[in-house]
Amino acid sequence: MFNTLQQNFCSPLTLAFGLGIVAKLIRSDLALPRDAYSTLSIYLLLALGLKGGVELSHAALSEVWAPALATLALGVITPLTSYAVLRKFGRFDAADAAGIAAHYGSVSAVTFIAAQQFALSQGMPAEGYMSTLLTLLESPGIHIALLIGALQSSRDRLAVDAPAPRPTAEVVHEILASRSMVLLVGGLVIGYLTGPTGYEPVKPFFEGLFKGVLTIFLLEMGVMAAARLGDLRAVGVFLIGFGILMPIFHGALAVMLGHAVGMSVGGSAVLGAMAASASYIAAPPAVRMTLPQANPTYYLTASLAITFPFNLLAGIPLYFAFARWLGSGG
Amino acid sequence: MHTTVLSLLTIIAEAVLKERLIAELMQAGATGYTVWDVEGDGSRRLRSGDAPGENIRLETITSFEVADKLLEKLAHNYFPHYAMIAYTSDVHVVRGDKYV
Repeated sequence: MFNTLQQNFCSPLTLAFGLGIVAKLIRSDLALPRDAYSTLSIYLLLALGLKGGVELSHAALSEVWAPALATLALGVITPLTSYAVLRKFGRFDAADAAGIAAHYGSVSAVTFIAAQQFALSQGMPAEGYMSTLLTLLESPGIHIALLIGALQSSRDRLAVDAPAPRPTAEVVHEILASRSMVLLVGGLVIGYLTGPTGYEPVKPFFEGLFKGVLTIFLLEMGVMAAARLGDLRAVGVFLIGFGILMPIFHGALAVMLGHAVGMSVGGSAVLGAMAASASYIAAPPAVRMTLPQANPTYYLTASLAITFPFNLLAGIPLYFAFARWLGSGG
Repeated sequence: MHTTVLSLLTIIAEAVLKERLIAELMQAGATGYTVWDVEGDGSRRLRSGDAPGENIRLETITSFEVADKLLEKLAHNYFPHYAMIAYTSDVHVVRGDKYV
């Protein structure tokens, strides 16, 4: 375990993330230009989709359906457990709890990629269809949490002269038509249709450069996370604990589920990292638009400054170790 | 030069609201708008675009009635929860009928 942690700390990905944090702390002017950030995220998501689609083209349906169901189940469970814990133990109001739950119900693509790379580096790569699972996990959690939040808050303010709520269709459209969803699903379809031979010519660009691009992206993630460190005081001890313990619980649950449906050690570990991760790309705008009364400081700080670094540094090796332990017969 | 006095409505808001605000303007009867990305800070601090901290500045030249209607709507539906300011100023334009 100690060795794996050490290896993880010393990977360029983790160190680049650390450099981003340091840069922000010493008030360097380092920041990725906005357009570069968008471009790199398009590259990463499309590369992810393509690779997944190619793998999917030679996977049997019988192999994929059980993990897919397990993933959907996780998409339903994680926002509910998050919401319940936040309401009951954290004493958050309905909107704030739902806002945070939407983030923990959804998934962080970068955490997913980092987990995949980690499994690969341990010589136990995850299954090829994992990106399909990623797309399945992206949106249900957000919808469920937003629905709870909308229902609860409309009950809370029945008599108040409240602004009109947004139509649900608009919210659903927004998430399904979001950039990350279009790139992931689109990439999967393209990869599936082209298959390994069609993929060959673009492979050097999408695979050869992948880790390098990811390293730059994590540098920027470090800057973004560090920008929120000052808010840690504002969110309080409970949310800090939540941002670490909730992922461990969800991660362990997902690893067990993955193991139960017959996924490999690498696959269960990556599924664990997916369920443990909190979204910071798809969820924030959706929550901001639909549950404006939820305080963004809570959900952004928890997901970006607590859970993401935790998963990157310690969570992923932890889920992996647990998956290996389960895989070796427990 | 003959000019007409009209209202210039300026909205500065979190970028996540861009599409919704444009729809509000057009629905209220504005005939056009200009929007651009801006940076800044204010009493609410945190925003939530995909790169946090982004704002838009949205402007439209319109009749006093439409501007007033829009201000009222913004104050009721958006001001309570979003980082946003909006104000009007008088502008002198050529071809006044283009904007109403």
